[in-house]
Amino acid sequence: MVDLSVTLPGMPLDNPVIPASGTFGYGREFASYYDINILGSFSIKGTTLHPRFGNETPRIAETPSGMLNAVGLQNPGIDHVLACELPELKAFFHKKVIANIGGFSVGEYVECARRAAKADNVGMIELNISCPNVHGGGMGFGTTAESAYEVTRAVRAAVDKPLFVKLTPNVTDIASIAKAVEQAGADGVSLINTLLGMRIDLRTKKPLLQNTTGGLSGPAVFPIALRMVYQVYEAVSIPIIGMGGVSSAEDVLEMMLAGASAVQVGAANLVRPTACRDIIRALPEAAARYGITSLRSIIGAAHR
Amino acid sequence: MERILTVAANEPIAPGVFRLLLDGAAVDDVRAPGQFFNLSVDGFYLRRPISVCDAENGRVTLIYKVVGAGTRALSEYRRGQTVSALTALGNGYDLNETGERPLLLGGGAGVPPMYLLAKALLARGVRPTVVLGFNTASEVFYKEEFEALGVEAIVATADGSAGVRGFVTDAAAPLSYDYTFACGPEPMLKAVYAMSDCGGQYSFERRMGCGFGACMGCSCRTVTGHKRICVEGPVLKKEEILW
Repeated sequence: MVDLSVTLPGMPLDNPVIPASGTFGYGREFASYYDINILGSFSIKGTTLHPRFGNETPRIAETPSGMLNAVGLQNPGIDHVLACELPELKAFFHKKVIANIGGFSVGEYVECARRAAKADNVGMIELNISCPNVHGGGMGFGTTAESAYEVTRAVRAAVDKPLFVKLTPNVTDIASIAKAVEQAGADGVSLINTLLGMRIDLRTKKPLLQNTTGGLSGPAVFPIALRMVYQVYEAVSIPIIGMGGVSSAEDVLEMMLAGASAVQVGAANLVRPTACRDIIRALPEAAARYGITSLRSIIGAAHR
Repeated sequence: MERILTVAANEPIAPGVFRLLLDGAAVDDVRAPGQFFNLSVDGFYLRRPISVCDAENGRVTLIYKVVGAGTRALSEYRRGQTVSALTALGNGYDLNETGERPLLLGGGAGVPPMYLLAKALLARGVRPTVVLGFNTASEVFYKEEFEALGVEAIVATADGSAGVRGFVTDAAAPLSYDYTFACGPEPMLKAVYAMSDCGGQYSFERRMGCGFGACMGCSCRTVTGHKRICVEGPVLKKEEILW
């Protein structure tokens, strides 16, 4: 018998598997493929203060073992999410969700997070300071320790619920950003967001994505994500949600050994809607195969 | 629904155009003509969305054009191999709104869904006329299949090597109809939109991530708000289209 349960601040989880923001919508599409109550939790589609259409299409490009996206934070806005999406999802998801919040100014982040934190089925806020898709937007906050500190500090002061900050990997030293948000009062960090990339269409000889660049995700980024989780674990003492290319139960175990207290699954949901269910089902046997009886016990074990 | 389906046949029917027959329960998943399957191809991360051409007798017919490495790899699948499919995605054509004399316009890879649509219309006692557009005579496919249904099928080729010289709109000009169903490249859809003063339904193509509404990769603006081509589409009613 393998104990899959883990704990994030204020959120005890049956298992560490959490669909990542932007790959799971507000849950509805997946509820038709399986009972999503088996999930540890899930992180809602990145939500902003105001509704956004996002970038023009094409927004998606395929890559070797992965994909690029330049969706640009399309979402219906926090008020609609509070009025419709969050109440409606209670019908098919009985646990608390992680509210992923984006923004384009400190004030906007604060107001959006403050409103999101009021929803009773929001267990924590995940501050997206790293989305690489929005011109003059999220990218800026996550790329310097000073601006990451500033926005985290401001949101921390405005919300009582646990606050995680989702970090961009498109920086020289992710550990220094993690330290800054820890000092600003974050309860934890999520990493990594997507890696900036691009493709060019040989027929048109132009960038394939209308936005020119997009965020790389999928199995291709897993070793990079794992390395960053490992580095950040050494730098901070707050819990880490690890993500980036996780596609199997074995990937979850590696992420936890590197230092993740819970693990998000992103792109895998898009190519296989039952990916998280399959990972959760496979976890006990995969853990047992490596002599693991409690997932909690392996968090950061690769450092010891 | 995710299903593992068995390839019954996968043969070229025109240069670079393949007909894939899939056996399995998926035939019962198809709720409307115009829906699509999202197929996983070994060695490629994202699935390939392909519209349903026919669904009958335990077998689903998908017709696709080889446009890149992924569809080329799909064209090498042989009888007996299995393929993972997300079945019956998208809204499909609304058969409650058809007019009495609908005109079906398919351009190139937009021809296949018109076949299941024609069958569905006939089953409801509505006899459509079909216009099929291609670049040149060697690319023409499915004219006989439509005729075998008892439907008039008019071919248009851009170079005039078969049928009417020009586009589907040139072939449609002398025809009388009171509703349009269209599937094809966006310039063709625009031309059909501009040509017809009656109602219609248009099927759109977009690069997709997931195909089932999760990634927001295929969003578009419409008169009635933002829609995902993979869920609220691929078929849009004429009155909701914003070009």
